[in-house]
Amino acid sequence: MRRVVVVGAGPAGLAAAEKALLAGASVTLVDAADQPGGQYHRMLPEAYAARYPKRLHHGWDSFDRQRRFVLEHRRCTWLSRTSVWALEKLDDGPPSVQLLRGGVDGEGRTRETIRPDALVLAPGAHDRVLPFPGWDLPGVHTAGAAQALAKGERIVVGDRVVVAGTGPFLLPVAASLLEAGSRVVEVLEANSPSTVSRGWLRRAWELLPQYGKALELAEYAVGQLCHRTPYRMGRAVVEARGDGRVEEVVTARLRPDWSPVPGTERTVPVDALCVGHGFTPQLELFVSAGCTLRDGFVQVDGNQRTSAAGVFAAGEVTGIAGAPAARAEGAVAGWVAAGGDPAAIRAERRKRDAGRDFARRLERAHPIGAAWPDWLRRNTVVCRCEETSYGDLQAALTQPAGSGSRAVKLGTRAGLGPCQGRVCGTNVAELSARLGGETASVHNRPIAQPIRLGELAGQPEEETR
Amino acid sequence: MSPRLVPGRDDRVGRNDVPVRISFDGDPVEGIDGQTIAGVLLGSGRQTWRTGVSGGARGVFCGIGVCFDCLVTVNEERDVRACRRRARDGDDVRTQSRAEDAR
Amino acid sequence: MNRTRIVVLGAGVVGSACARELAAGGFEVVVVDRHRPAGATTAHGEGNVLVSDKADGPELRLARLSRRLWPEVLAELDADIEWDPKGGIVVATTDAGASDLAAFAAGQRAAGVTAEPLDPADLAAAEPHLTREVAAAYHYPEDAQVQPVAAATALLSAAIEAGTTLRTGCEVTGAITRGGRITGVRTSQGDVRADAVVNAAGPWSGEVSAALGAPVDVRPRRGEVLVTTPLPPTVFHKVYDADYVGAVGSSDAALQTSAVVESTRGGTLLLGSSRRQVGFDDRMRPHVLSAIASRALRLFPGLAGVPVMRAYGGFRPYVPDHLPLIGEDPRIPGLWHSTGHEGAGIGLSVGTARVLHDLISGRAPEIDAEPFRVDRPAVLTEGGAR
Repeated sequence: MRRVVVVGAGPAGLAAAEKALLAGASVTLVDAADQPGGQYHRMLPEAYAARYPKRLHHGWDSFDRQRRFVLEHRRCTWLSRTSVWALEKLDDGPPSVQLLRGGVDGEGRTRETIRPDALVLAPGAHDRVLPFPGWDLPGVHTAGAAQALAKGERIVVGDRVVVAGTGPFLLPVAASLLEAGSRVVEVLEANSPSTVSRGWLRRAWELLPQYGKALELAEYAVGQLCHRTPYRMGRAVVEARGDGRVEEVVTARLRPDWSPVPGTERTVPVDALCVGHGFTPQLELFVSAGCTLRDGFVQVDGNQRTSAAGVFAAGEVTGIAGAPAARAEGAVAGWVAAGGDPAAIRAERRKRDAGRDFARRLERAHPIGAAWPDWLRRNTVVCRCEETSYGDLQAALTQPAGSGSRAVKLGTRAGLGPCQGRVCGTNVAELSARLGGETASVHNRPIAQPIRLGELAGQPEEETR
Repeated sequence: MSPRLVPGRDDRVGRNDVPVRISFDGDPVEGIDGQTIAGVLLGSGRQTWRTGVSGGARGVFCGIGVCFDCLVTVNEERDVRACRRRARDGDDVRTQSRAEDAR
Repeated sequence: MNRTRIVVLGAGVVGSACARELAAGGFEVVVVDRHRPAGATTAHGEGNVLVSDKADGPELRLARLSRRLWPEVLAELDADIEWDPKGGIVVATTDAGASDLAAFAAGQRAAGVTAEPLDPADLAAAEPHLTREVAAAYHYPEDAQVQPVAAATALLSAAIEAGTTLRTGCEVTGAITRGGRITGVRTSQGDVRADAVVNAAGPWSGEVSAALGAPVDVRPRRGEVLVTTPLPPTVFHKVYDADYVGAVGSSDAALQTSAVVESTRGGTLLLGSSRRQVGFDDRMRPHVLSAIASRALRLFPGLAGVPVMRAYGGFRPYVPDHLPLIGEDPRIPGLWHSTGHEGAGIGLSVGTARVLHDLISGRAPEIDAEPFRVDRPAVLTEGGAR
């Protein structure tokens, strides 16, 4: 029997697992979390014993059905609390999958190795946050953090919150905050109304179903959001200030290239700020597997195949398009990975194509303005882990002998800290390119998750086939 | 104001809270079972617990295990992401930094 | 003024050190690199400036010259470069290893190296987290560490300051010769005229020399290093297992690993080392990383809970007889080689540059350069690199 390993149990991975099971494969589904769902369907802890979990979820019933089908299937092995720390490229076929099982950052995890017949990678994406003065103050969070804490733990990050950045995802974040009892002072979309409408309004009728779902808005919150929270476009937080924690933010009107318009600054008192400037796909496993990347995402064919033999990609790693598109991609990937006939899943492929169209429009409607570095000062931290400043980067890049990407990295330590450039990598690459440096891949992490020396030194259990 | 937990009696999801108790730098801190360590600390009104390279206070930034800003030492194990590790009764959680005195 | 023009191929630490020396000596220097400076082997090393791992012989003499030059060179460079004369501690974990180490150290001492035996109390004071299961240990106060990319970058910047031209993204495709003598190189960016050419292409020296028509047998040998998350100070010297010397000196193509543990200014620990001959196959192998980790834990068992956050691998320029090449090619006058340092190129770069400069200028170098000549059976090959 064909063995399909699916990495990531968010909307894409869960759909891939379901379709691969329906196509007759045996499936191993791997996720670092306790429960499936990913960031989109981030579930409450089982220990909360919540009676109405669906109140926090859009599309809970179909998710719940799919989840039960997959986890209860006799051909499915569900590996929760399991991280992929590396992929090992083999001479033929998909790479072997190197696992750490049974914990988070230690906890007596065990090492295991699986050799799949086909590998579906659906690791998803995380918020991208552009740096600005004060973004390293306590109380400044990614938009995703605010949502994960509210949906996954019932924690609110503050009482007076500004949500800022770009993209439709800011709205469900604001909705989650409102639902959990915060006051959302305003939501700021950095792109101007004309930029946003250029992306959306052309043939917008085709996109309505996608857009509606992508908003992920729990219905009760929409009304509150519309009535109580101003949504301002062409405006951004360009500075956070406070003594030891964020106390106020400075917002400014932006030109279409995101350069602030002088004289338009406003100061807004807050106790928390949530920012997100789009998403960064988690591509390290694809780099390790030798997959070709294109325009910052994994390149796939019409059946979600990557350029690496036996490796499929699904979800936000192929383009940011939200959960419905991710599910469609996962379904195609899982089905084909399991050996299913692509002709038998026309409907899923159509949905997937609509999702790709949506991703393109999303990108056009919510681009990152090229002038964002205008927000920076010389002492603004760019790499949070190593506290490399914008000035440090500028100094490194103006040396002709030191402008190579490795020289910049090793010379300034930007990207060398514990997050391994996940937060700053794309930003540093853009700053480097602007200052004449070499542009290099920012996703090369052969060690995809930290592994303790004791875990690494032990022999892995080789799973028998 | 500080970060806080949505009070159980008001919560629309209908929780049934079971207390969990950890120690944070020697002080007892109470949370509810199922929370991450970050959740327990935030729920107790603490916003930061790590010291950055140049002394700045750090806590949760990304909330999903990507930024490594929230690292703590748990039961003498360094570099545990507080936003991902579930709190267990009796966990000994300590702040950490790269400086010598933190060891 | 019509100065002698030297084209240096490769902007790694060796090429950069050579460019600086030659530019300071009045030559007109052009540095050519296929990519950008300090991006390959230089960016994948720990920055060893070691005397401890070399037995009495020509390489030790080059190492001692380099060790003496490093502080002088760094003082002349206008840059804040991480230089840590931390000293090395070499430990033997078996009785047989202990007697080998004692004999090795005695030979080094006779050659002028400081090698002090450490008793268990001294050792525990010097490295409190080191295993107590040690049969013998020697302290080498002359061992040091330099941040390799910063050093290479500063060396090249100094060369540029002295008039050197840097051409990046420029690949060498062949030699231009007249009457058998090299007069330039053909590159992806056009011809570059030269009175002399220096091959400092590290692991790619074999390929470059073959393209120039004078192949030398320099091969890639892969090494991997693990990097831990930043820690409070835990390891204070460069600490390594005495079997490292055997692994370095081995010609076995199969995997060799040996424990080398040290800290960096950023607080991370660097854990080596591995050696494999796999051509330019850059695939990461979990079993290699695993072997490095278990070796490191034998020396520092208390590190078992420390996370590894990164691993990097690089290719080192390996020569079958384990000696660098510093000298003129006997087949093409005007072509010089300055390569083949394997894992010691960072440390040996400044001494190599000095020796090369002397040889090009027709002076007798401070140390005997004869053993590094290109005209050796292990080096001259018919068909080029593999």
